[in-house]
Amino acid sequence: MSDNQLTELIERYLNDEMSHDERIQFELLRKNDAAVDSRVTEHKQFIGLLKQYGERLELQKRLDAIHNEIDVHTLKEEVTIHPAWIVQLWRHHHSKISVAASIAIFAILSTLFFTGKLNSHDSRFVELRDEVNRIRVSNDQLKKTVNTSLITAKANKPKPSNPGNFRGTGFALSSNGYIVTNYHVIKDADSVYVQNAMGESFHSKVIYTEPQNDIAILEINDSTFKNLGAVPYNFKKSSTDLGENVFTYGYPGGEVVFGQGTLASANGYQGDTTEYQVSVPVNPGNSGGPLLDDKGNVIGIINGKQTQVAGAAFAVKSSYLLKAIQNIPSDSLSKSLILNSKNTLAGLSRPQQLKKLKNYVFMVKVYNQ
Amino acid sequence: MNKELKASAPTDSEIVLGILNNSEITLKRLYTTYFPMVLQLIINNNGNEDDAKDIYQEAIIVLYNKIKSGQFELSSKLKTYIYSVCRRLWLKRLSQMNRYGGDIRDFEEYLPVDDEVDNHNERDIQFDKMENALQLLGEPCKTIMEDFYIHNRSMQDICERFGYTNADNAKTQKYKCLQRLKKLFFQQK
Repeated sequence: MSDNQLTELIERYLNDEMSHDERIQFELLRKNDAAVDSRVTEHKQFIGLLKQYGERLELQKRLDAIHNEIDVHTLKEEVTIHPAWIVQLWRHHHSKISVAASIAIFAILSTLFFTGKLNSHDSRFVELRDEVNRIRVSNDQLKKTVNTSLITAKANKPKPSNPGNFRGTGFALSSNGYIVTNYHVIKDADSVYVQNAMGESFHSKVIYTEPQNDIAILEINDSTFKNLGAVPYNFKKSSTDLGENVFTYGYPGGEVVFGQGTLASANGYQGDTTEYQVSVPVNPGNSGGPLLDDKGNVIGIINGKQTQVAGAAFAVKSSYLLKAIQNIPSDSLSKSLILNSKNTLAGLSRPQQLKKLKNYVFMVKVYNQ
Repeated sequence: MNKELKASAPTDSEIVLGILNNSEITLKRLYTTYFPMVLQLIINNNGNEDDAKDIYQEAIIVLYNKIKSGQFELSSKLKTYIYSVCRRLWLKRLSQMNRYGGDIRDFEEYLPVDDEVDNHNERDIQFDKMENALQLLGEPCKTIMEDFYIHNRSMQDICERFGYTNADNAKTQKYKCLQRLKKLFFQQK
């Protein structure tokens, strides 16, 4: 029996087209021959699947026809939940918005970085050390060269001719050459010189710093340095009252300058309790200068000003200076550091006070790479 | 339009009876009644109207076959059943397209219908195989197969259509075609 004949038989059997006898005969064959039996099952399933497939196509066609009658577009408008426009904006453009935001953030950060705004803690606060500009340097160098040659001729002692990369002010703590200035004036320094009112420079060494209070203690270790004589001012331990007349004396821009004002606030920049706010005109170079009251007591160290507020300068309170002095490790001190307790400025007129003061206030010159 | 449809929404038993009786009108009413619900589900869950059409038709087919096979019991509302099947199908589709964000915005309550959807998918795979096999079979075999087994045309008709001189020739041709179709079907993975 050929394959085709068998298939025909199976079809006739499944379609119920067999005569009674034929059917009995076929069922017997099916029972005895497992191969035939499986062919029957397989054929039945396969044709069934084929028919179902046809029905599915038919149904799909019917559904498509129905679907085409529906106005999907209107319906879509009806059922769509329209989110708020900002959400839609975000959904449609979030990639673009993200890219734009990243670029903006990058631009801001790089601008801040290149303008150096990231490095200082606040752009509205400036530390008052003086960065000496190039023209000035070359000018001074010429001047200094002349001076140096004169001095060399006279004293036969070489003096540093460079006016320094940064300048600030400092003042004597004791007659034997201890000087206080701001930490930010001397930070990153390779070498530090102090220059007195007569224009004589002395090599100094940083012996102690307190960055958190912006205080640095220097010691003059130059062989040409002679004892200063008794310091005319003393250091106030208690805090000073608001409204007290105060003055400062320093080297902004390389020249000695006197500034006067009043104590404006017991707290410094953004409520910093370690500082006073004073209404004294100050400029870069004033940093590290003494802040004195009428009687000639040192009440603070000038260290900064606020850029957006006129006449607001800040000074580290003298009590923190006294604490810093106590904190100096004893092995850093080659000489004894004894603070003067006798105030010889009290009762003098301002010009006389300044005259006495001038030998004790120094220009601090900082050299680095 | 929506309101009108809602007003004329057929009852569930009407639909079941209508489908059992092959009523075209019932099918149409069923289709138009629940399409907006499914469109809403798909559109508001990262799909478009074409996705909605595909998913909805699949669900209707699942329901249709279930009713036809006599397995359908009206234990829940038809609406819930259709919604559940669509939801399940759409979740599957979304994860296949890697567009599933982990949550779906629901508009109706739903039942677990995983088994039915899985059965449906298996059957779909079989149908796809059949479609491929028929395509590969080529003419005239394809038409002969479709005419004879799907449209139940007689051999006589087929003879005339293809110009076979006698019915035996046509029969031989038909069996050859069937054999090739089976071969093509079972060869597929």
